[in-house]
Formats: sequence, structure tokens, C-alpha cells
Amino acid sequence: MTRIGVFICHCGHNIASTVNVEEVVEYAKTLPGVAYAGHNLYSCSEEGLGSIKRSIKENDLDRVVVAACTPRTHEPLFRRACEQAGINKYLFEFVNIREHCSWIHAKEPKEATEKAKKLVAMGVAKAALLKPQTEGESAVLPAAVVIGGGLSGLAATSSLVEQDIETHLVEITDRLGGLLCDVTTVGPEGKDARALIEEMVRRIEASPKAHIHMKARVSEVKGFIGNFEVTINDCDGPVKVPAGAIIVATGTRELVPTGEYGFGRYPQVITQLDLEKRLAKGERPNRVVFINCVGSRQPGREYCSRVCCNVTLKNALKLAKASPDSRIHVIHRDIMSSGIAAEKLYKETSDSGVKFLRYGLESPPEVIGDGDGVKVLVFDETLDETIHLEADLVVLAVPMVPPDDSETTAKLLKVPRDKFGFFLEAHVKLRPVEFATDGVFICGSARWPVSARECIWQGMAAAAKASIPIKEGKVVIQAITAEVDPDKCAACGNCVLACPYEAIEIVEQDGRRAAKVNEAQCKGCGTCVAACHNDAISQKGFTSNQLTAMIDALVKSALEASR
Amino acid sequence: MTEFNPTILAFCCNWCSYAGADLAGVNRLQMPPNVHVIRVMCSASVKPEYVFKAISQGIDGVLVLGCHIGDCHYLTGNHRTAKRIPVVKKILKDVGLDDKRVRLDWVSAAEGEKFQQVITEFVNEVKALGPNPLRGVRM
Repeated sequence: MTRIGVFICHCGHNIASTVNVEEVVEYAKTLPGVAYAGHNLYSCSEEGLGSIKRSIKENDLDRVVVAACTPRTHEPLFRRACEQAGINKYLFEFVNIREHCSWIHAKEPKEATEKAKKLVAMGVAKAALLKPQTEGESAVLPAAVVIGGGLSGLAATSSLVEQDIETHLVEITDRLGGLLCDVTTVGPEGKDARALIEEMVRRIEASPKAHIHMKARVSEVKGFIGNFEVTINDCDGPVKVPAGAIIVATGTRELVPTGEYGFGRYPQVITQLDLEKRLAKGERPNRVVFINCVGSRQPGREYCSRVCCNVTLKNALKLAKASPDSRIHVIHRDIMSSGIAAEKLYKETSDSGVKFLRYGLESPPEVIGDGDGVKVLVFDETLDETIHLEADLVVLAVPMVPPDDSETTAKLLKVPRDKFGFFLEAHVKLRPVEFATDGVFICGSARWPVSARECIWQGMAAAAKASIPIKEGKVVIQAITAEVDPDKCAACGNCVLACPYEAIEIVEQDGRRAAKVNEAQCKGCGTCVAACHNDAISQKGFTSNQLTAMIDALVKSALEASR
Repeated sequence: MTEFNPTILAFCCNWCSYAGADLAGVNRLQMPPNVHVIRVMCSASVKPEYVFKAISQGIDGVLVLGCHIGDCHYLTGNHRTAKRIPVVKKILKDVGLDDKRVRLDWVSAAEGEKFQQVITEFVNEVKALGPNPLRGVRM
């Protein structure tokens, strides 16, 4: 027989003003397997935890049930207290009688008390069947792979090698720097893009920990956090490298316009990156019309590409300054240039004589051929008339889109993408730059179009997060993983298909085939449990007999209450 | 005769619906005290047997609450729940029970009000159905 200790928390008035705590304590004493029941004013306080620990010793308890608030916040605290008193921390069960009872039935003290009793009965029933567990640990290889040698990938790599972490940088092209290779200056401050890249590459190349793979791509990723095996294909053929973590920095590319505004028909109509290349050669055309939001912020591609407005502004300003008789027009839908430096850039551009004209989605400008040049017809909303602008060059601000192989990358790493094809991080606010898949991180424009500055931030952030398990050298695996009873397993493979993490495989053991769970890969969702027809697979801490015992306890206590 | 007071069981996934229930509590959203939550890690781990066991023993209604489709903490777990629970309901119907005794819904961690609404609606629905005919029947 078990010796369960039940501790009902008053939580000051939070529980006790609605639920009759003493009544629940007396009820708990009648439950099977309960050796002790008591109450605390605040169970989570130093005093409360102390009294639980003392009670475990004095009453020789072997399991603990605390009925208080939510396990989502307080479970680790009580588990630790159990451990300190010599009870395995997995022999603890939490019953929520605050969020799920006293707070939501504040005007029904009698009913709330009855409900609390049932919830406690359910918790006690489960606790009786809990088993001690040991948390697994999985070693983390002291190496990382960064996919993509653009600015964010370089920032991540340089941060990793500076921390003395063996890092493989995989770049698909023959040059490092990504999109920035074709850009003159970055940021409203106008920093030289090439110098920025060269400085980073120099730092990386100086480290013996850096391994740069050029004209290479990742062709296979196996394993899990701490123990990935990444196959890198370069000109020397495939090479398998071990890694504790992987950073995705596959970046972005410029959308190729599909004939909008005469692109492809008139040589004068070019994209922003084309203009950057011309500026790099020293070209400074006089009459230039910029058209913003070409192919973005419209049905089908609703997002704002975020960087194009600032790029338009810095180049418009550059051209306006180049010659006193330049005529530069920016045709836009809205100017998105937030931030102190960008706002200053907008003001300066505006003051420099660059004319801004606004168009609506329903009345876009028109580009027509005009002898050697082109003419842009734009309906000015303010003047309420169509304006004709002669131009030597029309520059289209097209959005950044995911690279063509982003789907392949997503499949390789089993990470999600949004409807536009950009990668989705685990949680924008709670887990930025992390994928939901442990050990895989994301940074830069592969996630969403970002500025050079943000690429560096995110690259460094991803490197910092990736270095946590690497520096710890191990990851702890919560003991809620699935386990297989090979005697019951028919090796049907249903669980293999059900597992979202590919943590289960059918293996041959002692001459028979059965499913086997890789603990380090298992996230403890229990999906496989419900998929098994033979009841051969169970989840620690959420076993079928534990959950059905809870159902039985509810039935029993409801029956008693109705008498 | 006293008013019928149903006993209801709810399976809530740890990441969304359980957190949504917590939020309802934090916001002191009042709801009928008939529902008893069992926390599971993912709604996809709820075996049909649990639902049948509860209903066959006289529990008046069972709720299975998970993350919204696309938001599952375990990537695609709730896709399975979405397919499984309709089958569970069909089986209930086939054996002559009202399938409204089982309800599947999605409640995110941010949807305390949705939790309150689902609980209130379901309790009222089950009240309208009356006691589970299997109540007190020895299996």
C-alpha cells in the first residue's frame, strides 16, 4: 500500500475563501492509499515547503499530492521539495484547485468544495500509480553547422567560433556575404557593405575552429539536439559532420518581377539590386523614378518586405546628391522607415529635393516607352490628376522572397514555414530565433525580410542560443517520454507513423521486431500511445492505468456525492 | 426533484487548452462547476478508450480540448485528434448514445474567454440531454 501525503493549499484567501479547505483535508484522509492529509496557508512559501518536507519524513510518505495552483508554474518547485525530502520527484502529483476551481466558481463555495474533493480524489488515484523515474541525459557534441553564408550566417559563425565552438559554415554559392555582395552601402548610416562582410570573413577565417564549405549544400540531416549528423556536399563530394546544434541562415532573394511596369520589355526598368550593381560601377543617372511595393502588400503576397523603403531612400538620396539638376521621384504606397536613423534618412531625402508621390493599389503607375527613355504616368492622389514623369531609369522595389530551395531545407530539418515560405520560429516572443525542434535555430531573412543590422543581431542571438546546450555539454530529458513493452508490440509501425519527431523505429531485439523509442528525440507528447492498437506503448507519468484511475476516481466520488 | 447536475470530464493539453483554462482562472471568469480537467501533454494522446470508459461508467459528458490546428506544440498532434474524436462520436452514436456527450474543441493559451464559453455551452448542452443513461449501470 502506498503512503500518500495530501497537502491542500489555502493560497491565502485565493482558495480558502471559496473552497472549504478543512473539509477537503478530511475527505482526502478517507481516500485509499492516503497516509496523511494536511493544509498550508501558502504551500509554495519557505514555511509551506518546509512543512511538506517535514511531513514526508515524519509520516514516512512515499508519494505527494499538492492541491493548489497550476502545475504549469509551480510543479518544479514542489518536485524539488520532494527530491530534497528523499522522494523521487516523479512521485509527485499536482491538483489545480485555484485556477480550475476556486477562482472560477467564486460564488458557489459549496459546489467548489465538492469539485475540489473530486479533483483531489483524481489526483490521489493517479499518484498511487506513479512510478519513480530517472531523467535522461543526452550528450551534446561541441560543434555546430550554420547553413548559409550571408550576413546572418556570418554573424552566427563568427560568434560561435569566438566561443571556441567547432563550426561548419555551408554556403551554396562561391562567395560569402549573400545578398550584401551586390549592395553598396547598408543601413541609414550608409556603412560600406563590402567592408562589413570582409571584416566578418576575416574574423572567421582567423579561427582554427571555422570550416568553410563553399559551393556546398546540406543533403541530409540525421539525429537530434546534441547529436546531429549533417551531410555536406561540396566539390570534394559528401562529407558527414557531427553537430550539437544547427543554425538556419539561408536568407532571401529578390523577387523577379513578372513583367510589371515594363520589366523585361524596357531595359530602363530594373530592380533595386540591379541599381545597386550600377551604383557600384559609378553610374549616377539623372532622371530616376522609384516605384515601391511592386509585388508586395497586395492580395497573394500581403506582407511588407520591410527593407525596401530604406533602400529606396538611401539610393534616392545618393542620386539626388550626385547632381544638382537630378530629378528623382519616389512613387510609393506608404513609406515604412521607422526608427530614429531611418526617420532622419527620410527627412534628409525629402529635404534634398526628392519628390514623393503616393499611389493606391487600385491606381498603380504606368510605364510606357518614350524614344530612348521611358515615361512614368502616375495618378497623384493629392493633386487629383495624372502626372507624366520622364525617366532614364525606373527602379522597382520588389519584395524579398524565400530562396527557391527553402522547401527542401524545411524538409531536411523538419521545420515549418509560413504561407509565403519563410521559416516559422517556435514563438515570436517567448522563443525567438528558435525552431520548435530542439537544437535547430533560425536567423536573418530566412525568417522574415530584415535589415543588415537585424541580420547581425539575429545571427548572434541564434549563436548564443545554440551555444547554451553546447557549452553545457548535455541536455536533460524530462521523464515523460514514451516507452514500449516489446512483449505486447506487434511491430505494426503505427507509432512510427504517428510520431511527429521520428523518435520511434522498429528494431530487431533478441530475434524479434518491436518498436523502440529514442529518448533523446521523444518530446513526450503521447501521440504514439493513442495510435497503438495493442496498448504496447505508454507515456511515463501519463500511463493508461494512471489516467483511467483518474476517471474511475471521478466516477466514484461523483457517485458518493450524489448519494 | 433536484436539478440534474452533470459530471463532466475534460481532457486538456498542457500547452494550449490547459493554459487557456489557467488564464480563465486568472481572469476570474465564472463558469459552472461541473467540469473536471485531466491534463495530458497533447490532445493526440487521448485514447478513445478513455472517452468510452468515462461514458460507459456514467460520466455525462467528455470534452477533448486541444491547440488550434496549426498551433500544436507537437507540430501535428491535433490533426490526429481532429480525425479521431469524430470516430469516437460515431461509435457512441452507433451504440445508441447521443454523440453530443462528446465534444472536441480548440482553445489556445490566450483564450480564457473561449474556455469559459466552451465549458458553459457544453454544460448546458449536457444538462439538456439529461443524465447519461448508463449511470449506475454495472458493466
